[in-house]
Amino acid sequence: MSAPVWNNKVVKWVDDRLPVISMLHHSAYEYPTPKNLSYMWNFGSLAGFVLVTMILSGIFLVMNYTPHTSMAFESVERIMRDVNYGWLIRYIHMNGASMFFIVVFLHMFRGLYYGSYKAPREMLWWIGILILLAMMATAFMGYVLPWGQMSFWGATVITNLFSAFPIIGDPLVTWLWGGFSVDNPTLNRFFSLHYLMPFVILGLVVLHVWALHSVRSNNPTGVEIKTPQDSIPFHPYYTIKDLFGLGVFLIFFCAFVFFAPDYLGHPDNYIPANPLVTPPHIVPEWYFLPFYAILRSIDFTIFGIPAKLLGVLAMFASIVILFVIPWLDTSKVRSSKFRPVYKWFFWLFVIDTFILGYCGAKAPDDDFMGIPGLRVIVMGQLSTLYYFAHFLVVMPLVGKMERTKPLPVSISESVLKEGANA
Amino acid sequence: MRKLALTAIAAAFAVTAFTGGAAKAAGDTPVPAAQEWSWNSIFGTYDRAQLQRGFQVYKNVCAGCHSLRFIAFRNLDGIGFNEDQIKAIAAEYDVEDGPNDDGDMFTRPGKPSDYFPSPFPNEKAAAASNGGAIPPDLSLMNKARVGGPDYVFGLLTGYEEEAPEGFDLSDGKSYNHYFPGHQISMAPPLYDEAVEYADGTPMTLEQHARDVTAFLNWTAQPELEARKSLGIKVILFLIVLTAMMYAVKRKIWRDIEH
Repeated sequence: MSAPVWNNKVVKWVDDRLPVISMLHHSAYEYPTPKNLSYMWNFGSLAGFVLVTMILSGIFLVMNYTPHTSMAFESVERIMRDVNYGWLIRYIHMNGASMFFIVVFLHMFRGLYYGSYKAPREMLWWIGILILLAMMATAFMGYVLPWGQMSFWGATVITNLFSAFPIIGDPLVTWLWGGFSVDNPTLNRFFSLHYLMPFVILGLVVLHVWALHSVRSNNPTGVEIKTPQDSIPFHPYYTIKDLFGLGVFLIFFCAFVFFAPDYLGHPDNYIPANPLVTPPHIVPEWYFLPFYAILRSIDFTIFGIPAKLLGVLAMFASIVILFVIPWLDTSKVRSSKFRPVYKWFFWLFVIDTFILGYCGAKAPDDDFMGIPGLRVIVMGQLSTLYYFAHFLVVMPLVGKMERTKPLPVSISESVLKEGANA
Repeated sequence: MRKLALTAIAAAFAVTAFTGGAAKAAGDTPVPAAQEWSWNSIFGTYDRAQLQRGFQVYKNVCAGCHSLRFIAFRNLDGIGFNEDQIKAIAAEYDVEDGPNDDGDMFTRPGKPSDYFPSPFPNEKAAAASNGGAIPPDLSLMNKARVGGPDYVFGLLTGYEEEAPEGFDLSDGKSYNHYFPGHQISMAPPLYDEAVEYADGTPMTLEQHARDVTAFLNWTAQPELEARKSLGIKVILFLIVLTAMMYAVKRKIWRDIEH
């Protein structure tokens, strides 16, 4: 594409000295986008929107929040009661965290289904995983800040995980805490890092979009853009489609903020933190439940490695493994649309993550879905097994053995064919 | 459009599937029955008269042991008291202030800007007066228990004079259906005609419990009415905006085969 010529003198003056306007024109206006993107491609921009919402609402919360163990809980209640629209800002921030994970999980499932991690998009996928990791750290530390019972005990349980590592474990935990238990130094550093991390995420998002714009968006066929007929400019086609998607998403988001603001939270966090009273069930927020289930499902020792360490390693491995799936997936075809066998395994994997989430929410000895004799821990173990088997066994084998459906010659051909069938 | 609907359903499913599991209370403790509260529906609001009766119950019964430390007298305008009434209510309380110019603490009548004084000076004193148990602060009670108002109402009405056969009830404890483990340190706080209502509302235990639970819902969520009324406007606006966006989207995309 040729560089645009600016007629407006001010615009031209600025652009000659710093080509920001050309850059924006290049990457937000004329950026060639596959014309067949489905609504599953809306979640990237939605995630960006939620990130900005979280940063803005967070900045206003900080103006009224006090990071001290004796005042944090009270200051949050002050925000809820005495700050003008403080309840609105806090409920947006609180529910925004859940919304962020909802859109990012959907974004990732979309990437998995359509093979968006495969060459040449490995770097794009990696940066995405780094964003997820940074989000998890941010969400965890943010949840500690109101200094309720779940804040305190969640922080205690999760930081204690690091004590599983041999030799360095205990000193590491003391170092993380800044003391010998979760206390004021812990709260202070979590607050500091919770404010820092969103800007790290923002930086990673810039890299993510940069990588995206150099390899271009994948699309439901998984076939690259070949001719100009396959693509349309990002603006106005995808700006308006994203705005429409944003409207739908905002209705969903606001339904929680205004009508069920505490539905996704845990009642125990409205009890001030008390180091002397342990809540009967310490449960993380819903978005950590599948990982929590993987952690807890390892209740056995292998080669003398204690169960706790194995659990921690398994939990970290469940995300780290995502880095290598571009090579674990041996299929030549990206999109599961043309992979009749793998498609079923994909949905099995989705169901598996839901089962893991359910298991993470329950006590290990509960009955799974009320089925007598089927313990949650056992279902958690089976689901953990499938989680890893999906990547380590199914992806390499199915990719080699499956007979894929014929791919369309191009995006426009597939569009025309579908149009003719409709 | 079909894909969009599927996406929305998937998102909703993702949310409810996880939290539904997390919210269930465990063990043999029964789940308290859902009650009809005036604020239940999307348009539901508080009943000011009920909140004032509930405040009367709190003041005359609960306040003997339970603090309400996030509520100031000035906040009582939220349950329909006017400025003079609030001043009068505040003045009924003794509030510690100071130090004065001589360096001494002194007691004075409460002002609207004061918070409700706590019945005990500290947790040790609270525990010493209550057989070792600390009566929790009630400001956030309706948000701090699974089941919220239904649980609080269930607890207040769920006492049994005698523990069931074979249940080993410790000295000084009471049997309650809905309290985890059934042994609760709080003696049955309410009974018929515990508080005298001026507005002719029946003075039954159940009515007292219902009213004070409503009052505690207001102390936990004083923003509820403002939140819902703003929410309705926001959602209506978003529906119109989104419909317009959809129309524009269709128009822009009309010549694109996709």
